[in-house]
Amino acid sequence: MSKLGNLGARLHRGEISYDFVGKRKIWYGVSILITITAILGLAVRGLNMSIDFQGGAVFTTPTGMSTSVAQAETYAHDASGREAVVQKLGNGSLRIQVAGIDTGKADQIKTKLADDLKINPEKLAADLVGPSWGQEIANKAWEGLAIFMVLVVIYLAIAFEWRMAVAALVALIHDITITTGIYALVGFQVSPGTVIGLLTILGYSLYDTVVVFDSLKEQTKDITKQTRFTYSDIANQSINGTLVRSVNTTVVALLPVAGLLFIGGGFLGAGDLNDISLSLFVGLAAGAYSSIFIATPLVADLKEREPAMKALRKRVLAKRAQAAAEEDLAADRAAGADDDSEDTPAVVGPRNQPASRTRGRGRSSGKRR
Amino acid sequence: MAAPKRGRSASAQSKPGRSLALILIAIVALTGGMFLSGNTTPRLGIDLAGGTSITLKAKADQGSAINKANMDTAVDIMNRRVNGLGVSEAEVQTQGNDNIIVNIPKGTNSKEAQQQVGTTAKLYFRPVLASEPSAATPSPSPSTSSSGGSSPKPGASASPSASSSSKEKASSGSSASPTSSATSQGRAVTDALKAGSTPPPSTSASGSPKASATPSATPSASASGAAADAAKLQARYAALNCTKPADRANAGKNAKPGDPTLACGQIRGTWYKYVLGPVAVDGTEVSKAQAVFDTQGASGWQVQMTFTSSGSKKFANVTGTLAKNQSPQNEFAIVLDGDVVSSPFVQSAITGGQAEISGSFTQQEAQSLANMLSYGALPLSFQEQSVTTVTAALGGEQLHAGLLAGAIGLALVVLYLVVYYRGLSLVAMASLLVSAILTYVIMSLLGPAIHFALNLPAVCGAIVAIGITADSFIVFFERIRDEIREGRSLRPAVERAWPRARRTILVSDFVSFLAAAVLFIVTVGKVQGFAFTLGLTTVLDVVVVFFFTKPLMTLLARRTFFASGHKWSGLDPKGLGAKPPLRRTRRPAGPAAGSVDPKEA
Repeated sequence: MSKLGNLGARLHRGEISYDFVGKRKIWYGVSILITITAILGLAVRGLNMSIDFQGGAVFTTPTGMSTSVAQAETYAHDASGREAVVQKLGNGSLRIQVAGIDTGKADQIKTKLADDLKINPEKLAADLVGPSWGQEIANKAWEGLAIFMVLVVIYLAIAFEWRMAVAALVALIHDITITTGIYALVGFQVSPGTVIGLLTILGYSLYDTVVVFDSLKEQTKDITKQTRFTYSDIANQSINGTLVRSVNTTVVALLPVAGLLFIGGGFLGAGDLNDISLSLFVGLAAGAYSSIFIATPLVADLKEREPAMKALRKRVLAKRAQAAAEEDLAADRAAGADDDSEDTPAVVGPRNQPASRTRGRGRSSGKRR
Repeated sequence: MAAPKRGRSASAQSKPGRSLALILIAIVALTGGMFLSGNTTPRLGIDLAGGTSITLKAKADQGSAINKANMDTAVDIMNRRVNGLGVSEAEVQTQGNDNIIVNIPKGTNSKEAQQQVGTTAKLYFRPVLASEPSAATPSPSPSTSSSGGSSPKPGASASPSASSSSKEKASSGSSASPTSSATSQGRAVTDALKAGSTPPPSTSASGSPKASATPSATPSASASGAAADAAKLQARYAALNCTKPADRANAGKNAKPGDPTLACGQIRGTWYKYVLGPVAVDGTEVSKAQAVFDTQGASGWQVQMTFTSSGSKKFANVTGTLAKNQSPQNEFAIVLDGDVVSSPFVQSAITGGQAEISGSFTQQEAQSLANMLSYGALPLSFQEQSVTTVTAALGGEQLHAGLLAGAIGLALVVLYLVVYYRGLSLVAMASLLVSAILTYVIMSLLGPAIHFALNLPAVCGAIVAIGITADSFIVFFERIRDEIREGRSLRPAVERAWPRARRTILVSDFVSFLAAAVLFIVTVGKVQGFAFTLGLTTVLDVVVVFFFTKPLMTLLARRTFFASGHKWSGLDPKGLGAKPPLRRTRRPAGPAAGSVDPKEA
């Protein structure tokens, strides 16, 4: 702990920090690259939609079936007249998927299949889906997504400001695009469960972003009254200051989902648990990344365009240049100090800061420029 | 919304014991309520308990609109049907605007249920040949003499008052029946003109039993075929016990419209059994039915129905015949899917295609009867969207897997918290425990209250919520640690950290809750269950953090183990890299600089 605690403390004090905002172009580039890949993947490969979206039936046999997968496939083909996909699950039961059959016909198929497999039809779990049901779930989900985005943008615009709302929205879209892109590229199956997971990412991705924004808002309240830091500097310090929390949150959020994924994938083999947790896992990881690397730098970018922030930046730069000049040429000090006191009421002056910290900051901000 | 009030923190920190006591009382009360109500486990959804879940989508056709009233009627009727199969736990709910979910627990013949649900409602008007209350212990049949299908019935005396007093009466709809006040307990069908001139309420109410045990053949005599069939029917009628759900389900089974049949009906809480004649008027011949409040005749709520032209002719005929008979053979039964929903008596032939059924209806009863009558005329048709049959074994397995996943997730989170936060993790674990208890108890209570059923996605939601709940503690703890790093001692650190952590927690939880709420309202199916749990746990998270974690932290800050920053407390200033000397030098500039200082992240 002490090591981590120290790391936290040093991050907190700004002794070590990663220049997220300064290096934002790199991360924007990375994100754009991933997003393009994701979109290409979606366009070229498309999503592997589960049976819920085409209509069909999924039969699950009891555990401990002696029938082989190939045999079951033959049976299912005989019973339905269509190609069937059979999986053997971790617990020894068979999962038989037949696409494109009518809910009405499915009953006969079920009876026939149970007969062939030599089990009681009542013991054969069946999931029959009409062709429009999955679509309806998905459509409703998109509708929910749209409503949620509008509401959240309004909320964030009121609670914070519109720039943050925009940045959060961009981060959110980013997360969802990446997640669906990964689904397209890897070829994971998209089921209603996946949609659920995807929708949860909404809340979670924003949750993370909101925490960073909250600290950013708090720290920039009186930003125009000082000349030590530009908005970008403070944004960067916000990210670094909340980095420990962000990492902890992500880890703590991912751990239960990992548990779900492990159980869903390893034990049940397939189904809702697996689908939900997989999309959650991918989405949460993307969400943690985007709130740090995309959302906050984007806010800084937007903020820096504000006249007040531009003026601040000018003052800060001037002061820094002057400070550098001070070090180099002690002779010019008097003129510079005049300028300084005129410009700023000097709330946070170097006098208030302990020497070690001032140096640490000075260095890191020097690097940033 | 998420902006916290400044004032609250003061009271919270001064009396941490009060908040703790409050939440403790709440837990005890809720748990007590749970045990009192007898629902000690959350209701399990079909995918965990086993059973069949059918999703139906309404299709608008024949000009019938998909609106709330129509959907409610459909739900009502489907409920009748599935529960008529002999299972009482089956539930039918609307979902979204045009979906109906039918959940049938395991142990029922799923195929039959599926067929039952899918078909459109069948509504018939049949003349009543005999009826009596069905006692729990079937008494020997009062209608003994049965000959050739005519059912003369001296036996009507078995329960004269019961059958008549609880009857509705049908009358012509063109004018408010003046008889209604006299027979507010009864139901009669009267012609408009005669209703005005001849108000004979008492005859039907009290005079029926002995006054004339008319052995005259009823109109059904011609319809009922062989005498043997009729005898069989009589025997079955004698044996029929309508208080038994299984009997009810079989009573009118496979009844052909042209044949007499048996039926059951619950009127004013009492089960009646009926022998019914062949179908006189088909439900589709009702063109309109509505519940209206009779402002003139003081008869209260009544149901007005309008027949189609062919229907009104048939109805005039049958009421004409019925009016001549004695009770209960002057009654016609409105039979919906084999159940008698109402059996008004007729006083005179009703011509003109307008009739009204009056009686001491409540608004709800009248509305429901009108709905049923309309439904026979305007069936919404439904399309099966999905049928999920989960065997009990598979359901158990999924439940098991879900719980296991939750346990593993929780264990991992706890492990991480212990490693990272040491002593502080005790606070986190206690809070998680409180949160878990509250979630469990509330879920159990919500089962019967709002038909909440825990399904697999809901379990997922709860597991995901572990992360959200734990995160609130992380936000709080990190804030406290930051304050300690500033050089504060624990107690002021906790109090200073709280308002900031509180705001962050509220803002982020609000976003999470917003997501859950939107999903819950907009979406259908599995997504809803998930959204519900997520929303519930988010709300509980706020409750727990405010009323449990914070007060607990305040109390613990007074203990030397934490206050002195023990190595294992997770608040060791040295381990956190605090710089105590900073405090003095920074203090003077503190308040003004605080907001800008990036240190207070």
